[in-house]
Amino acid sequence: MELKAKTPAGGSLSGGQIVQRYGIVIALLLACLTLTLISDNFLTTRNVLNVLRQTSINGVLAIGMTFVILTRGIDLSVGSVVALSGVVAASFATTSSAGFIPGAPWPAGIAILIGLAVGMGCGAVSGVIVARYRVPAFVATLGMLSAARGLTLLYSGGRPIPALSETFRWIGTGSILGIPVPIFLLLGTFALAHFVLTQTRFGRHVYAVGGNPHAAKVSGLPVNRIRFLVYVISGALAGLAGMILAARTGSALPQAGIAYELDAIAAVVIGGTSLAGGVGRVSGTLIGALLIGVMNNGLDLMGVESYYQQVIKGFLIVAAVMLDQSKNKQD
Amino acid sequence: MSALLEVTDLVKSFSGVPALRDGRFRLEPGSVHALCGGNGAGKSTFLKIVMGIQPRDGGMIRRRGQEVSFASPAEALQNGIAIVEQELSPVPAMSVAENIYLGREPVGRFGRIDFATLNRQTQNLLDGFGFAIRATDLMMDLTVAQTQLVEIAKALSYDAEVIILDEPTSALGEAEAEHLFAAIATLKARGKGVIYVSHRLSEIFSIADSYTVFRDGRFVQTGAMADVTKDQLIQLIVGRPLTEEFIKENTPGTEIVLEVRGLSAARGVRDVSFTARRGEILGLYGLMGAGRTEIFDRLFGLSDVTGGEIFVEGAPVALRSPAEAIAAGIAYVTEDRKGSGLVLSGSVRDNLCLATLGALSRAGVMNGTAEGGAAARMIEALKIKTAGDALGVAQLSGGNQQKVVLGKWFLTAPRILLLDEPTRGVDVGAKREIYRVMSDFARGGGTVLMVSSETDEMLGMADRVIVLKNGRLAGELGRDALSAEGLLHLAA
Repeated sequence: MELKAKTPAGGSLSGGQIVQRYGIVIALLLACLTLTLISDNFLTTRNVLNVLRQTSINGVLAIGMTFVILTRGIDLSVGSVVALSGVVAASFATTSSAGFIPGAPWPAGIAILIGLAVGMGCGAVSGVIVARYRVPAFVATLGMLSAARGLTLLYSGGRPIPALSETFRWIGTGSILGIPVPIFLLLGTFALAHFVLTQTRFGRHVYAVGGNPHAAKVSGLPVNRIRFLVYVISGALAGLAGMILAARTGSALPQAGIAYELDAIAAVVIGGTSLAGGVGRVSGTLIGALLIGVMNNGLDLMGVESYYQQVIKGFLIVAAVMLDQSKNKQD
Repeated sequence: MSALLEVTDLVKSFSGVPALRDGRFRLEPGSVHALCGGNGAGKSTFLKIVMGIQPRDGGMIRRRGQEVSFASPAEALQNGIAIVEQELSPVPAMSVAENIYLGREPVGRFGRIDFATLNRQTQNLLDGFGFAIRATDLMMDLTVAQTQLVEIAKALSYDAEVIILDEPTSALGEAEAEHLFAAIATLKARGKGVIYVSHRLSEIFSIADSYTVFRDGRFVQTGAMADVTKDQLIQLIVGRPLTEEFIKENTPGTEIVLEVRGLSAARGVRDVSFTARRGEILGLYGLMGAGRTEIFDRLFGLSDVTGGEIFVEGAPVALRSPAEAIAAGIAYVTEDRKGSGLVLSGSVRDNLCLATLGALSRAGVMNGTAEGGAAARMIEALKIKTAGDALGVAQLSGGNQQKVVLGKWFLTAPRILLLDEPTRGVDVGAKREIYRVMSDFARGGGTVLMVSSETDEMLGMADRVIVLKNGRLAGELGRDALSAEGLLHLAA
């Protein structure tokens, strides 16, 4: 209350403050620099595009997750929704004669819309359970994690849906001006999400509901609708990620996306969004996702076993939150 | 005889900004010593250093003549210094006894907690101070006032000699406050020393023996309560002469703006009818739990729609949600500023614009210029002291935070303003400015409904007061007939 310890206006930041404010950007740059120095293969056009393409799926998921976490929620179901929307969309886009859907392959555009709708549907169910029936998000989306995976296995009969149409596969394997389409999808999603969160009324609502739901309610905001919509957004983006994944592999696997929610949450948290809600930026999330992508790629290039990668990622997540905590303490 | 606590030349800065430059304090046994000062005077810093929460940069603290330095609140507690903080921190799902003896539970065989002893010990403690609370009740079932008394009992359970009470009555009604004052009298009689921090001067005058005033981090003056008048004390705290404590320049009109007929609400509010006029400040008075806040919650669409009719300017309104209430021209400054008034993680601008995002956007896209303009208008009109609208609202003092909440509502251009404890936790200077805002709003044709536990505030500001008792209307007093005794008589 009476602490007047603030940076004087116009004063320069101390070294510690710079590290805290731009910590993950610095970490990303350092990681890139290190990898450039020790591996000739890192800073090549091909590898950079590769990293970005690999990041696209986690990035899209993490952007959706950012909306949810900003409202003090969590969406554990995204990995399962990736698989469900993938197999459903694929069943409309397959050229195989297995006979999933009469008349398949349907035009890719329609298959994609159906896949997105499946994702949104899953999100809507989670959203209703959380917003209307006041079930904690952790529990509601844990239920969806299980249910959506089960539906995926039922729908596909537990088998991959192969041989997707050429036009459908384009969203995962195609490129425009030499740049892979998934990268455009990631950047497009990012730009849209950034605009929504910083420039729109809905964005303000999301921050207010996460910052203080009581104050948001008293200020006349439609708190339940906002809570519902963030899960729909997360579901829709999980659907998009599911389709990029299926298109890239050329077939939809029922066991796709297992544990993807963990990487998505990791990217959000590393990106500085608070699990307590109300604080965070989608740009941080994008950098968090890139950091995870660069790290995985770099450790691959260096020939480090993938088991170590998981250990290092664990340290990174915790370190990011510790940095965040010390920042809060100082404020 | 040596003082229970003597502090001299206490100095503390945060990143080069001095928060305390000359902290001095002397507490005698068997006395209540009021520590006074506005927000930013250095009281909190002073208390934090004494309690070992923060290290000092310089100065000396003596406990019964012996120099001490505490590295943690636990050490201070061991030395007989306990604090009851303004923000309470109970464990809601545990019993009163478990909360009071948390971490010090009497243990029986095999490490099992000896609940019989624990509960008996606690009940003795509570009864000894006349607190009507059962040791086995769960904390979450208690009212805020009872929770406060439990926190005080906890401090007493350490057998502390120096007890610091930081704004202990901010959540209490008059009747509960009386229990507290009785408890303080008992402490005094047993030779203990109480450091009493409160913005409510009337309380200080009724229970304290001596005072010390801090201003801008400096010691200003100390003395006996008997040698100072209320006006002198205010002047010492604010640092300039104050002409009037209250500002009231409105005159009630004749047109009825709000009419409530046979209203029921939560917690047993039944059959309440009243009217409020244009330009009027209507007070709602009653003890804790009399139903004042429940009526406000109902009028603002925060609680379920129950029996009764509500008319705004003659037209019936349902008021099923805050959005409907806002559309009907109602604004609500809640009693819990941090809990339901502000988004503390947001900036001053975010908070000011929160209830008018629709008007400040087009097709869902925010208009940054309009937002900045709206925020600037309110910062100017309400004289909000802030380094800019991008500053986190959590950084402002209590008074300025309250003005941000008021500003948020003035942007909705309300006709009816519901104010629940509008000056709670606000220092004397800022209080006056809030009275000015209320008066101006009513003078400009607005209608104010005000709930306050401070009788002085009721007497100073209200044109008319309706008194509630156990959820029912107990009476009404016009400004000419207003008196503290009259209000209490109807309410109790």
